[in-house]
Amino acid sequence: MKALSLRQLCKTYNNGVQALKGIDLDVEEGDFFALLGPNGAGKSTAIGIVSSLVNKSSGTVTVFGHSIDSELEAAKSCLGVVPQEINFNQFEKISTILLNQAGFYGIPRPVARERMEYWLNQLQLWDKRETISRSLSGGMKRRLMIARALIHEPQLLILDEPTAGVDIEVRRSMWEFLRRINEQGTTIILTTHYLEEAESLCRHIAIIDEGRIIENDRMSTVLRKLQTETFVLNLRGPLRRSLSLPGYRMTAPDETTLEVEVNKEQNLNEIFAALSAAGGEVVSMRNKSNRLEELFMRLVEGRDVGSGQPTAPPAAQASA
Amino acid sequence: MSVQSSNRAPGAVPGGHAEVTTAANMRRARRVGFATIVIREFSRIMRIWGQTLVPPVITATLYFIIFGNLIGGRIGQMGGYTYLQYIAPGLIMMSVITNSYGNVVSSFFGAKFGRHIEELLVSPLPSWLIVLGYVAGGVLRGLLVGLIVTIIALFFTRLHVEHLLVVIAAVLLTSIVFALGGFVNAVFARNFDQITFVPTFILTPMTYLGGVFYSIQMLPEWAQAVSKANPILYMVSAFRYGFLGQSDVDVGFSFAIMTLSVVVLFAGCVWLMEKGTGTRE
Repeated sequence: MKALSLRQLCKTYNNGVQALKGIDLDVEEGDFFALLGPNGAGKSTAIGIVSSLVNKSSGTVTVFGHSIDSELEAAKSCLGVVPQEINFNQFEKISTILLNQAGFYGIPRPVARERMEYWLNQLQLWDKRETISRSLSGGMKRRLMIARALIHEPQLLILDEPTAGVDIEVRRSMWEFLRRINEQGTTIILTTHYLEEAESLCRHIAIIDEGRIIENDRMSTVLRKLQTETFVLNLRGPLRRSLSLPGYRMTAPDETTLEVEVNKEQNLNEIFAALSAAGGEVVSMRNKSNRLEELFMRLVEGRDVGSGQPTAPPAAQASA
Repeated sequence: MSVQSSNRAPGAVPGGHAEVTTAANMRRARRVGFATIVIREFSRIMRIWGQTLVPPVITATLYFIIFGNLIGGRIGQMGGYTYLQYIAPGLIMMSVITNSYGNVVSSFFGAKFGRHIEELLVSPLPSWLIVLGYVAGGVLRGLLVGLIVTIIALFFTRLHVEHLLVVIAAVLLTSIVFALGGFVNAVFARNFDQITFVPTFILTPMTYLGGVFYSIQMLPEWAQAVSKANPILYMVSAFRYGFLGQSDVDVGFSFAIMTLSVVVLFAGCVWLMEKGTGTRE
C-alpha cells in the first residue's frame, strides 16, 4: 500500500510564486524516504499541503488511501508531523502538551497517559514531564516534537529537518531512534540539510528543485548515477619524481596532498601505480565530499550527471 | 540523548494506531477532542487568573461603588428601581461581553502567534469543532466573570429576578455571539495591535452606548433611532428584562437578533477556518 501519493500537486502563492509545479510522488508503506532540495525548492510547501497547513492549488494527495479532499479526518489520523520550527505552547508543561495533542486525536486520557510515559521514556524526557517546555534545551524541544507527533501512533511520520541545530550526539541518537520506529513499521519521510543523514537512513530519495521533482529513485540507484568522485590522497612526503597520470584531473593543494577526480571508466589502481612510480607513499585517502552531497549539487546546479565527463570538484557544503 | 531500547513488539504502543474511519470512532474522537480544547481553555483561564478574572472584578467593584453608591444615590429611581438595581444587569452583561470576546481573541491569536494552532490544524478535528471549542472557552470565561460580578453586585444591592430563563438564555446567547466575534477578530489579526483595536474602538463604545447605564427612553428621538442600530442594546435589554421585567425594546426581537447573529457568525467562522484565512497559507 502507498503511504503517501501525490499527483500533479501544484501550489501558487498569493504573491504569484509557483512553489510546486505539478509534482508526482509515491512513498510505499514501511519506507524511509528522503525528500531533499535547496531552500525554496518546495519541500516545506509539499509537507505543508500533506499536513493541511498549506492549501493546495490543484492536484491530489492521498495518505494510506485516504484522500485529503474527501476523507480528511481519516487521512490526518494516519499522519504525524514534526515541523521545522518549534510550534508547541512554550508556556505549557511537556505532559500537558502531549496529553492535549493526544486529545485532539481522540485518544482518551488514561490511554494518553500510558502513551506519554512510553514515548517520553523512549526519548529520555520522562524526568522532564512536569517542566515548562520553554526551559528545555534545543535538543529536548526537538525530541518533544517527535514525542508529540508519535503520541497518536501515526502510520506515516513526516520530519522536516528534525536534527537541525542539535549536537552530533543527539543527532546520532535520533537516527537510531528513527531507524527503530521505522523497523517497527512506521513509514518515515525526512527532509534534512545533512545529506549524510539522508544517505545513512533512507532507502528512497526524491530531490525537488524549483517546484519539480528532478530525481526520484532508490538511494542506491541514485548514488550509482554519480559518475565522478573526487578523492583526497594524503602522502607521507613530497613526490620524488614527476607524476604522470594522463586522463585524470588532479590538483595539489600542497606538497603532500593530491585531489584526483575519478570517473566510472577509470580506476584507483592506475593512480596508486603512478604514485608509486613517482616515489609517493599514500598514507590515507577519503572522498572529498559526501557522495549524496556531490550528486545533489550536480543535480540542482543543472550539471549532466549521466555524462560521465569529469567536472570541477563540487563545493564542500551543499546548500540544501 | 540516548534513546532507550524497547522490548515492545512492533507498533505495541499503548492503544496502537486507530484510524478515524468508522462513524463510532469519529464521534468518540470528536467528543474527546472537543473536551480537550475546552479543558485547555479553562486551564488557561485559571492559569492566568490575574489577567482573566481579577481585572473585571476590580472594574465591576469600582462601577458599583462610583455609579451605584456615590452617583447613583443622587440620580434616584429608574423605572421603579434604584439606579444600582437598574445598571447591575447592564454591568454584568458588559463584563460577559468583554470577557467572552477577550478570551477567544487572545487565546486564538496567541495560538496563531506561537504557531501552536498548528497542533489543531494537523489533527483530525473538523473546523466546526475547533470553532466550537474556542467559543466554549470564551463562554466559560464570560459566564464565570458574569457570575463573579453578580456576586459582587449582591454586596451592594438586592437583585430581583423576574424571568430566570430569559436571564440564562440572554447571557448565554450574548456570550456566544461575542466569543464568535472574538474568533473572527483573531482570525484576521496579524499583530497584537489588531486584537486590541476592535475591543477599544468598537466594542467599548458600543457597550457604553448600548443602554448599560441608562434607558434609551431618556434620549431624544434621533438618538433612540441610532441606538436601535446597536445590537448590544438588544442584548442588554433582554438581560435586564429577565431581572426587572422591563425593556427598552421588544424582547422577542432581541432574541431573534441574538439567534441570527449566532447562526451567521458561526457559519462565517467555520467558513474562514475551512478556507484557511489567517491560519493556512
